[in-house]
Amino acid sequence: MTVNFRKSVLSSLIDLAITIFSVGAFTSIILLAAGAPPLEAYYNIFKGAFGSWTKFGHCLKAWIPLTLCACGLLYTFRIGLWNIGIEGQMIMGAVFTTWVLRLGTDSGNELFFIITAFFAGMAGGGLWAVIAGFLKTKSGVNEIFAGLGLNFVAQGFILWLIFGPWRQPGSASMSGTETLPDNLWLPQTGALNVPYAGIIITISALVITAIILQRTRIGLNLKAIGNNPDSSVLFGLHPGRNMLLAMIFAGGLAGLAGSIQVSAVYHRLIPAISSNYGYLALLVVMLAGFRPGLTPVISLFFACLNVGSIQLPMVLKLDSSLSGVIQGSLVLATLAIYAWRKQKGVIP
Amino acid sequence: MNEILPILLAGVIAGAAPIVLAAIGETITEKAGIINLSIDGSILLSAMTAFVVSYKTDSLLAGFAAGAFTGAAVAAVVAVFSIYLRLSQVAVGFVLTLMARDLAYFIGNPFSRIQGPQILPLPIPLLKDIPFIGEVFFQHNLTVYGSLLAIVFSWWYIYRTSYGLTLRSVGENPSASYARGINPHRVQLMYVICGGLLIGLAGAVFSLSTKPGWGRPQGAEGIGWIALALVIFGGWNPVKAACGAYLFAFLQVMGIYLQGWFPSVPAQVFQVAPFPLMILTLVIIFALQKESIKVIVDRKPMLKYWLRLFASSPPAALGKQFIRQ
Repeated sequence: MTVNFRKSVLSSLIDLAITIFSVGAFTSIILLAAGAPPLEAYYNIFKGAFGSWTKFGHCLKAWIPLTLCACGLLYTFRIGLWNIGIEGQMIMGAVFTTWVLRLGTDSGNELFFIITAFFAGMAGGGLWAVIAGFLKTKSGVNEIFAGLGLNFVAQGFILWLIFGPWRQPGSASMSGTETLPDNLWLPQTGALNVPYAGIIITISALVITAIILQRTRIGLNLKAIGNNPDSSVLFGLHPGRNMLLAMIFAGGLAGLAGSIQVSAVYHRLIPAISSNYGYLALLVVMLAGFRPGLTPVISLFFACLNVGSIQLPMVLKLDSSLSGVIQGSLVLATLAIYAWRKQKGVIP
Repeated sequence: MNEILPILLAGVIAGAAPIVLAAIGETITEKAGIINLSIDGSILLSAMTAFVVSYKTDSLLAGFAAGAFTGAAVAAVVAVFSIYLRLSQVAVGFVLTLMARDLAYFIGNPFSRIQGPQILPLPIPLLKDIPFIGEVFFQHNLTVYGSLLAIVFSWWYIYRTSYGLTLRSVGENPSASYARGINPHRVQLMYVICGGLLIGLAGAVFSLSTKPGWGRPQGAEGIGWIALALVIFGGWNPVKAACGAYLFAFLQVMGIYLQGWFPSVPAQVFQVAPFPLMILTLVIIFALQKESIKVIVDRKPMLKYWLRLFASSPPAALGKQFIRQ
């Protein structure tokens, strides 16, 4: 047993080393091709993420929505759905939140409106997810296309709001709607300047997700249907109904991520409110191997990469999308090594 | 109206050229049973390489070659990962689409918003003077004629040659074609790369003809997803997929006109509107395939005839792994 355990730890360490080496080599080649010194670029990313408490605070602010989205995706992946629509679900969450918070301006009852806004955000994301879910279960539209279509609709909707009914007095612009009064913001304190309420919400979401997926009947049902939709019917399970349930969980959590983007990060609605965190969360969950325990760690790493690479355009005149290249090649390398090991028969 | 119509249609034919190429490339890929989901990022990456290479070498031909090569390279990654490493095609494709996009933005950054080479129109003598038809079809550049030829050629290749038969048989039933002495994995690898060449060309057409230049955003964002939807829209038939591409381009052109007529609606809404409309069409097509609706349709022969045009069934082995016994 111990020998086996030691062997498996050793082989995972070797895998990790191979992954990191190949990703490092690939990104260094890309950087050299772009005429940039690789080591300086990596150092700048590191400094951009951990250079000061405020910078690490920014990483945590990115970690919150990313982890919430990833949490939601754990449900949909478990039942075998590709919820690409998570991006739109997050946008709709942000839209619903902004709507409630705008109503709450000058109301004198801020706390009530902040809490209602969070529930509205979850409802908005859930609603968008249910539409995709119905398209999948009732009309047989692949969830990838339903989700993408709805992402475009959500994007169009948010642009219409920003340039139409919710435009800033004076001139409408890509900078978004008017900034909300600061008594409607999620409070931020400490040296990190992060919204601790958001962190608490995210951690509870993580714990609840892990419990639901690993310790309850719902989690078991999702897994059974995901592994074999045909035979699950014979056990009296309803794939359609459970798919909708998983979509609602995912949409609700994505909507919550949108709420936090509005109330804690941007304090207004901007066209890029989702910051592509929905798509990035798909990579996070894949790299975490669909395990709830690993998800927050990977998403913290990805958040740091994203925030750190904002440094690149300022210092080295490079595009900040290098973080995406690193993240993508990490996932690809991990998938490749996993598949290779599986073919060799190391992993059953 | 008589002056606007040919200009509008010519705009549709020209604007659809890259989308037609991408949709045909993806159709060929899926005919072999592999889904190349990386196409949206792949188009951007090849648009970037095509622009940069033709800018550096001052040769359009080199640009198109570089674009096609990039598309083929990305497709080859999808093929190797899914055929030989047996990974999920959707997972690999999705990661690649995000990564290729970021790679394009990263490498293309210093070449943003600069004036580069651009393909010039080449009206075809004699044909261009035909009233109406000449104006619509024969006053474009070479890429547009290429897209028109690609439709005809791909249809002929897939449905009228023995190579096409091999391609379809692998997508429908790889085990049976294996029994007939065909190596399904090699055929799949080959056609995924061929499809990738076309997707790469589509990217090159974007940055050298349709929306000349490079930038963030380039303007080709989202087109790959549309091409994927068009393949389903066209029922895995290149001609119908191309018709879908023209429909999409028509919606885009109409957006520009509508913008002029309704200045109060923000321009951004018209720019994104064709995307949901395209997906909506897909939903209707799927809904028409449902049994409950088929019963009603069966009673009306005329309706049945029209709906048969939309009937589609994917290659039977699409997205499935073939494991040699």
